[in-house]
Amino acid sequence: MKRNRIALSGLALLAAGTLSLAGCASGTDSGSGDTGGGDAEAIISVNGSEPQNPLIPTNTNETGGGKILDAMFSGLIGYAADGSVYNDVAEDITVDDPQHLTVKIREGLKFTDGEEVTADNFIKAWNYGALASNEQLSSYFFEDIEGFSYDADSELTGLEQVDDYTFTIALNKPASDFAQRLGYSAYFPLPDVAFDDMDAFGENPIGNGPYMLSGDGAWQHDVGIDLVTNPDYDGPRTPANGGVDIKFYASQDAAYADLLAGELDVLDAIPDSAFETFESDLGDRAVNQPAAIFQSFTIPERLPHFSGEEGNLRRQALSMAINREEITDVIFQGTRTPASDFTSPVIDGWSDSLEGADVLAYNPDKAKELWAQADAISPWDGSFQIAYNADGGHQAWVDATVNSIKNTLGIDASGAPYPTFAELRGQVTDRTIQTAFRTGWQADYPGLYNFLGPLYATNAGSNDGDYSSADFDKYLSEGISATDADEANSLFQKAQEVLLKDLPATPLWYSNVVGGYADTVDNVEFGWNSVPLYEQITKVG
Amino acid sequence: MTTYILKRILQAIPVFLGATLLIYFMVFAMPGDQIAALFGDRQPNPALLERLRAQYHLDEPFIVQYFYYITGIFRLDFGISFSGQPVIEILARTFPVTLRLAVMAVAISFVLAIVIGLFSALRKGGIFDNSMLVVALIFLALPIFVLSFLAQYFLAVQLGWFRPTVGARNDWGDLWLPALVLGFSVYATTMRLTRSSTIETLNQDWVRTAYSKGLPRRRVIPVHVLRNSLIPMVTDLGTVFGILMVGATVTEGIFNVPGVGNTLYQAIIRGENPTVVSFVTVFVVVYVLINIVVDLIYGLLDPRIRYVSS
Repeated sequence: MKRNRIALSGLALLAAGTLSLAGCASGTDSGSGDTGGGDAEAIISVNGSEPQNPLIPTNTNETGGGKILDAMFSGLIGYAADGSVYNDVAEDITVDDPQHLTVKIREGLKFTDGEEVTADNFIKAWNYGALASNEQLSSYFFEDIEGFSYDADSELTGLEQVDDYTFTIALNKPASDFAQRLGYSAYFPLPDVAFDDMDAFGENPIGNGPYMLSGDGAWQHDVGIDLVTNPDYDGPRTPANGGVDIKFYASQDAAYADLLAGELDVLDAIPDSAFETFESDLGDRAVNQPAAIFQSFTIPERLPHFSGEEGNLRRQALSMAINREEITDVIFQGTRTPASDFTSPVIDGWSDSLEGADVLAYNPDKAKELWAQADAISPWDGSFQIAYNADGGHQAWVDATVNSIKNTLGIDASGAPYPTFAELRGQVTDRTIQTAFRTGWQADYPGLYNFLGPLYATNAGSNDGDYSSADFDKYLSEGISATDADEANSLFQKAQEVLLKDLPATPLWYSNVVGGYADTVDNVEFGWNSVPLYEQITKVG
Repeated sequence: MTTYILKRILQAIPVFLGATLLIYFMVFAMPGDQIAALFGDRQPNPALLERLRAQYHLDEPFIVQYFYYITGIFRLDFGISFSGQPVIEILARTFPVTLRLAVMAVAISFVLAIVIGLFSALRKGGIFDNSMLVVALIFLALPIFVLSFLAQYFLAVQLGWFRPTVGARNDWGDLWLPALVLGFSVYATTMRLTRSSTIETLNQDWVRTAYSKGLPRRRVIPVHVLRNSLIPMVTDLGTVFGILMVGATVTEGIFNVPGVGNTLYQAIIRGENPTVVSFVTVFVVVYVLINIVVDLIYGLLDPRIRYVSS
């Protein structure tokens, strides 16, 4: 399954020239054979959703707004479809050591209002995003930079301008994959005009990317946003079409009906109700491939029977009692891929042969045996429950999973529905939840560390199960300090082998990106983050 | 008549206050941490959470929150949605769309219901009457989302007679498909009401008198029968409008109509109290206003009511 690709991360960015080429090359090898035709002026239509926040890069943390910002802005680097990185605004990013980077940007690039893109635009934008009183939802992206503070307004002293086109980044702790993060929307530059009135800017953003707003009021709230190509754009993502109309849909069913009727060119989310039929409806225009989304359930260590040696045996027994193959096949119609680690197959460094990964395979005999061993330490009582939010379509798989557990181990197991995501998250956050609960992670940038550090490091921000392991922390910090990408990845794999023993979260499956396109377009390729690469899409005829 | 109208409008004020208080309380009582949910599966920084909660007054007790809300309304400030848009702007944008949809649906439903109901009554017990009863029962039994999906799949995707969704084009002409679905979802009751009320009128003395005076059928039916049969329909109109404003939530989602129903649904999911309360409040106000209008039309149609109330 694993695709071979050149390992790229932190240090590898030194080879800037080849990276730019890699980015361009990835544009030409999409599924369909026809690469010739296509009207470079034609507007393509794609699905989207009303952004939940004004379109300010550091205040957008959901996909609806993220898609638009990615089309309108160019960051220092970009991500190719396979998750590899290439330079965009950056001419060169040097990782001097795990805590220091030097960024040189290309000269002569412009925002769509004519202002030149300089180092200052990055420094000011990042400072704006990091400043506590600006209350930006993505402020945590800057927490590794020297000077950052959550509690008080504080300047990012780690950012220093060398000249108009060069600046340095000093980090407050080693993060050798920092350079790899810089393609995320929180790190986009902002033109000076943004700081005059950020609210107004959020309504009519001015970017430096391949697309720009078609005019004032191009963002029709709840309806859509019209983007046209930016004639001044000079970078690796030169559009092969004339623009993108992003239509907002409240339900994926409506979007799918539009796709079938030829009213929509590209759809990046097939509704659950069409999982059974979309491949026959769309033929070879259906897309179903693993995405950078990891699904699991978490059993907090504070629950009775789930700590120490007993807990360990029970966690392993539960994991082996789940028939992942069958559930992904029957419930999800093959739109999920059974997990074999804690990351995702689209991330460089993913492996399906980690030591201890057999704990993720269905093995009812072993599961019973381990459960009996745990019972010998302290007999099991009560019921095993997995909490989920009923507003997110999780009931089917939770029921299947607890049934698999019930039938294998002969214990009482059930799903615990919460009406809303907010309610579930509330109890998870304040640690009052008394059951296992569903968890998931969508990567911000294509790196192994992003799936591990924030979730399982001791006291990490999203460590919902309060997991703590000295071994895991050691491998993780060694990995993040390693400036060689291969070495870092092998350390992250070692860290995952610790997780496979302890199972702070039980890996279930990777979500696939399930989408499709109409016969009106060609060259549709989905990026590592499940969003189609708009600039490559061409209109047929 | 003027005092009657004034009295009705004054009566609407306690209804308005009571309704908003009740709705606000219900939304407030909804469990869960909406601000934490803004961050998805990620744990936000506690200090940031505190600041965001303070910004939306979510850290205050219920009655204080309600006070902020209700005093804001008098300044025409309905609060700010999580996306930073004034709720009143969202209302101004979405309300006309839903109103268009509701007016079209009511028109479709009433024209069909009155024509078919009248003919059914005139040919009571005949083939037409019975087959129309079956059709009405089918529409009555079909949940609106089933009707919506069927119409969308067969009429739009398969036959291509309509566009499957509305989206950016939401003028009168673009709303045909959801309006038809909504119209048919309320059609059955109105049709049966027309039929029974017409049958009742046909048996009245004055109809017999009209015929015995030698008036032709084409004059008796429209003027004497229909006009009098319409009175219960007008009362029905008020209820139907209310049902439509709310029923639009489902239909607007399926047909991607950027109206109040769709927006309200999204706001409930996100737990945006100011948006939810303002939208439901507007529903209440519209419902109250329509019922005032209905009562006035009632008076116009039936002079007896007019004289009694003044």
